[in-house]
Amino acid sequence: MSLKIVVLAKQVPDTRNVGPDAMTPEGTINRSALPAIFNPEDLNALEQALRLKDQFPGTTVTVITMGPGRAAEVIREAMYRGADGGYLLTDRAFAGADTLATSYALATAIKHVCPDVDLIIGGRQAIDGDTAQVGPQVAEKLGLNQITYVEGVKEVKEVKGVKEVIATRHIDGGVETVESPLPCVLTVNGSAAPCRPRNVKRVMKYKRCLAPMELAPDTTFAELPYAEQYEKKPYLKLGQLTCADVNADLQQCGLAGSPTKVKNVENIVFKAKESKVLSGSDEDVNGLIKELLNDRLIG
Amino acid sequence: MNNVFVYCEIEGTQVQEVSQELLTKGRKLANTLGVQLEAVAAGSGITGKVESQILPYGVDKLHIFDAEGLAPYTSKPHTAVLVNLFKQEQPQICLMGADVVGRDLGPRVSSALHSGLTADCTSLEIGPHDDKKTGKHYDNLLYQIRPAFGGNIVATIVNPENRPQMATVRSGVMKAEVLDPNYKGEVVIEDVAKFVPETEYVTKVLDRHVQAAKNNLKGASIIVAGGYGVGSKEGFEQLYELAKVLHAEVGASRAAVDAGFADHDLQIGQTGVTVRPKVYIACGISGAIQHVAGMKESGIIISINSDENAPINTIADYVINGTVEEVVPKLIKYYKQNSK
Repeated sequence: MSLKIVVLAKQVPDTRNVGPDAMTPEGTINRSALPAIFNPEDLNALEQALRLKDQFPGTTVTVITMGPGRAAEVIREAMYRGADGGYLLTDRAFAGADTLATSYALATAIKHVCPDVDLIIGGRQAIDGDTAQVGPQVAEKLGLNQITYVEGVKEVKEVKGVKEVIATRHIDGGVETVESPLPCVLTVNGSAAPCRPRNVKRVMKYKRCLAPMELAPDTTFAELPYAEQYEKKPYLKLGQLTCADVNADLQQCGLAGSPTKVKNVENIVFKAKESKVLSGSDEDVNGLIKELLNDRLIG
Repeated sequence: MNNVFVYCEIEGTQVQEVSQELLTKGRKLANTLGVQLEAVAAGSGITGKVESQILPYGVDKLHIFDAEGLAPYTSKPHTAVLVNLFKQEQPQICLMGADVVGRDLGPRVSSALHSGLTADCTSLEIGPHDDKKTGKHYDNLLYQIRPAFGGNIVATIVNPENRPQMATVRSGVMKAEVLDPNYKGEVVIEDVAKFVPETEYVTKVLDRHVQAAKNNLKGASIIVAGGYGVGSKEGFEQLYELAKVLHAEVGASRAAVDAGFADHDLQIGQTGVTVRPKVYIACGISGAIQHVAGMKESGIIISINSDENAPINTIADYVINGTVEEVVPKLIKYYKQNSK
């Protein structure tokens, strides 16, 4: 048995390391001040896919990411770790998409590049939005079942011609083991197994992979310094898909396809309370404890 | 038609607290809008057991879906229940808990109905909206307010055109209040087979372990919480010691959980537990809004931080300028000295 696996990955601003320059004075996000990283839980998802590829020879792992040209870095990073290849889904028409319009675009792309997909695996949520909505919405758009909050894939087997997956998932206050027929969408938690590191040989092999739109506007692969390599090694050209390539309905893409609208965004400034400022000295700490005990707040 | 709906999450025959919190909020929204509050309960063997846990929150109509395949929860049958019920009832608002069930179910339902869903709201209000692009004016929209972008901004989201306007809210964010223990609401026992085709029962639950929560953060009157500034897993030992003498619970910020200093279920904040203790001792927590969203209702906030300009200091009642390492042992020492 071999499997066709699509991994959904997103390049995200690293919201965990937000500095004082992360917001512009107008209250919008200064994306250039934040490093762009592989969404952490998508790496956990990639690991689950690669484990199945190890177990079932002939399995293919294809990464699909939606974003601007620089998001192709996510595909290369996944290839360094073992993915077979990937597609950058990119179009101005996708801009301003909420989770529903994003899911529509991704689902349409999956139907286009991998109509006979067995498993679609993504991170539970991305750290820039924390919504956890895209996985289930892609599943619904494709009419597939879903297993969210996955801790690990236990088994994939074929019973009477039907492929099935058994996975453990984290639920509120416990764990659950569930079985579902394939095809199916899985979303993986950050507490699942971490992703394997880059493989040096793969880095050497794939580091020159490029999506067409990463080229400067007036260059082609033929004009690159390693032009003959791009001729001989077609895998160096990463897949790139536009809205038209996947036959997406423009009304369901981007801002037009997004039922939710941002009414207002506020940069958070805490209203200052009158606080008592103390030093860490014995005297001050002792005084504080006495005050709290006196007010019956502790003890 | 056009009522406010709350999806009630049920474990066995027990309605979850988050659902009762949302019923309370839903009642208020329905009053503002001048419509009715309806609730949906789906499970197995729940008829006669859940009504008294739902109606007193001011529910005018409760739809019960009682069938063997509806418990434990699986995605597709519960999606079919809501999608088909909503096609029939055309609610204007639907609320559900932002926990594993709600965050599995909500997006699927919103996709099927092409309606907007906002996850993890910290506040819900009703108000007008002017669309600058189309020039259209809307009255009585649901403002879905949530921190975003790792908690550095707070966004107000609206769904001008699509219904229902869907939102998930975490447990503890809203307050559950019984409106009237004898509130008279209508109970409708729905015919599950009409809503859920047999083909939807695809997920088999092979094994399930649910334990009572290991900590009591939600009910704690004193919380000692640690952030990235605690520095290590070992550093948290000190906090446990302080918590022990104060009879407090230990919590953590997202940064501390992400760094592996503390367990995931100790996380306080928008994507963790929301708490309202009498005393909140923040140790080495800088105070990202995502954290503050989960603890700002605390009575007295004490911040221990070596950075005088940590954002949390602006909402603290007491600021101790010092390292956690230095101050926490002193707190323990002087508490022991003074309390006896």
